[in-house]
Amino acid sequence: MAPAIELRHVTKRFLTPSGTAYTALRELDFAVQDGEFCAVVGPTGCGKSTTLALISGLEPPSEGDVLVGGAPVRSVNRDVGYVFQVDAVFPWKSVLDNVATGPRFRGIERRQAEDRARDWIKRVGLSGFERYYPHQLSGGMRKRAALAQTLINEPRILLMDEPFSALDVQTRTLMENELLQLWSATRASVVFVTHDLEEAIALADRVVVITAGPGTVKGVYRVDLPRPRNVAEIRFQPEFSRIYQEIWNDLRDEVLVSYERSKRSVS
Amino acid sequence: MAFAVVVLGLWQTGTTIDATHKDGLFIDPFFYGRPSGIASQLWTWIQNGTAQGPLWLQVATTLEEAFLGFLIGVVLGVVFGVALGRVRLLSDVFAPYIKALNAMPRVVLGSIFIITIGYGIWSKVALAVVLVFFVVFFNAFQGVREVDRVLIANARILGASERQLSTHVILPSALSWILASLHTSFGFALVGAVVGEYLGAIHGIGLIIATAQATFNPNGVFAAMFILAVVALTAEVALTWLENRLIKWRPNTLEVPRI
Ligand SMILES: Nc1ncnc2c1ncn2[C@@H]1O[C@H](COP(=O)(O)OP(=O)(O)OP(=O)(O)O)[C@@H](O)[C@H]1O
Ligand SMILES: [Mg+2]
Repeated sequence: MAPAIELRHVTKRFLTPSGTAYTALRELDFAVQDGEFCAVVGPTGCGKSTTLALISGLEPPSEGDVLVGGAPVRSVNRDVGYVFQVDAVFPWKSVLDNVATGPRFRGIERRQAEDRARDWIKRVGLSGFERYYPHQLSGGMRKRAALAQTLINEPRILLMDEPFSALDVQTRTLMENELLQLWSATRASVVFVTHDLEEAIALADRVVVITAGPGTVKGVYRVDLPRPRNVAEIRFQPEFSRIYQEIWNDLRDEVLVSYERSKRSVS
Repeated sequence: MAFAVVVLGLWQTGTTIDATHKDGLFIDPFFYGRPSGIASQLWTWIQNGTAQGPLWLQVATTLEEAFLGFLIGVVLGVVFGVALGRVRLLSDVFAPYIKALNAMPRVVLGSIFIITIGYGIWSKVALAVVLVFFVVFFNAFQGVREVDRVLIANARILGASERQLSTHVILPSALSWILASLHTSFGFALVGAVVGEYLGAIHGIGLIIATAQATFNPNGVFAAMFILAVVALTAEVALTWLENRLIKWRPNTLEVPRI
């Protein structure tokens, strides 16, 4: 069976404001199997968000192929859910209307869409805030509304770009466990971008480390921790620290490269 | 308020002090009128009507022209603005023409409209439409262009069709730009109506001003301006109310209720 997601020698260039081409990704190669939870880590600016944009079909690759379900991606795919790194809830819709947007777009009748939305609002812990507008919510609450807005469509492919980085540690752990539970029920294929290596290991089957830009795969690591996992406790297992050490050795070099570069460009 | 009292007071005294010696006057009421004269002029109009008929008829005519021009101009402006903002081909074809028309001083069209359409209300409506259209058009166009790209991406991912993209994302987002332009454009509608009347009409506030000017009656000009100011302020209040009704979702930084 074809992998759920496959990137083959993908290169992505952007036009910079000065008119030159900037290579954000170079010869990126990786695949996500059906039902697999894959985490992507890498230093800032290495092209993680760009990778998700390519998979979602929002951006075309400059070279190489992006395949979803074995077929090349030509446009936005209905089976893909995407939680953006920045706020993407609609400011003019209430929480309820925001969460119900996906089903409404997909032709589900209003009453039914709202019932499902209420259910999802409860799951992300926003009950009682249905009538609020985004500007009346905290940053973390907006993020949870965005999560509900995506998950309600039950996507077969789930792309998440640092979805929990705006949350406090407790809420974050809660949401991570909730996500794992949802995922084990739906068995969607997940690409989860994060800055946080601990989070990546706690959640994923596999961790992909991307090099400092232009991004390419530095290493891929299996995480053979048993499931179901409890994110709060799994960090204390010896196997967890071993994997952490192994990946961190790779990641540290890239983070340093990225940091040195940004220092140089400032001075 | 206090400011207005001071200005009116100075104006009134400036035109009254030492009226026996011609040189002793600070402000000559023959050219600049005086507040008491303006008030009595208003009172005469209210009681006896103007030279063109009852006062309410003049105000109603101007209002009718301004409102019609405003409505038609806004609808055309929004439709064209959104269409050109969304469809690249349309904007490539039409944008140069619209820019050229916009660069022209459009008030001169008033004379043409009066020649072609006549002295009735429609020549004034046409002038108001032209003035309103460009303000609304550019705002709607810009509003569509400024829509947050992430919101469009999100709507696409959530399954929006092109039409749903317009109604759920682009219009609501452009709406704050469009509504902001309505304040300015009602003013322009009023200008269109009054200038049109001034150039030639049967009724209207612009005609009152033209008549007052022809008879060297500055109090009449000021009294007409006062009526226009009241009309404009009323419209402003109505538009602000409408805006707050339509954009409930936006944080209102000016009127945060204290609790
Ligand atoms: N539309 C664009 N136009 C020009 N350059 C772009 C564009 N989008 C991304 N880039 C560049 O591509 C590189 C990778 O960006 P990307 O957003 O994928 O990084 P990232 O890995 O998600 O970083 P972070 O962890 O900070 O979110 C950056 O150097 C960025 O400047
Ligand atoms: Mg990013």
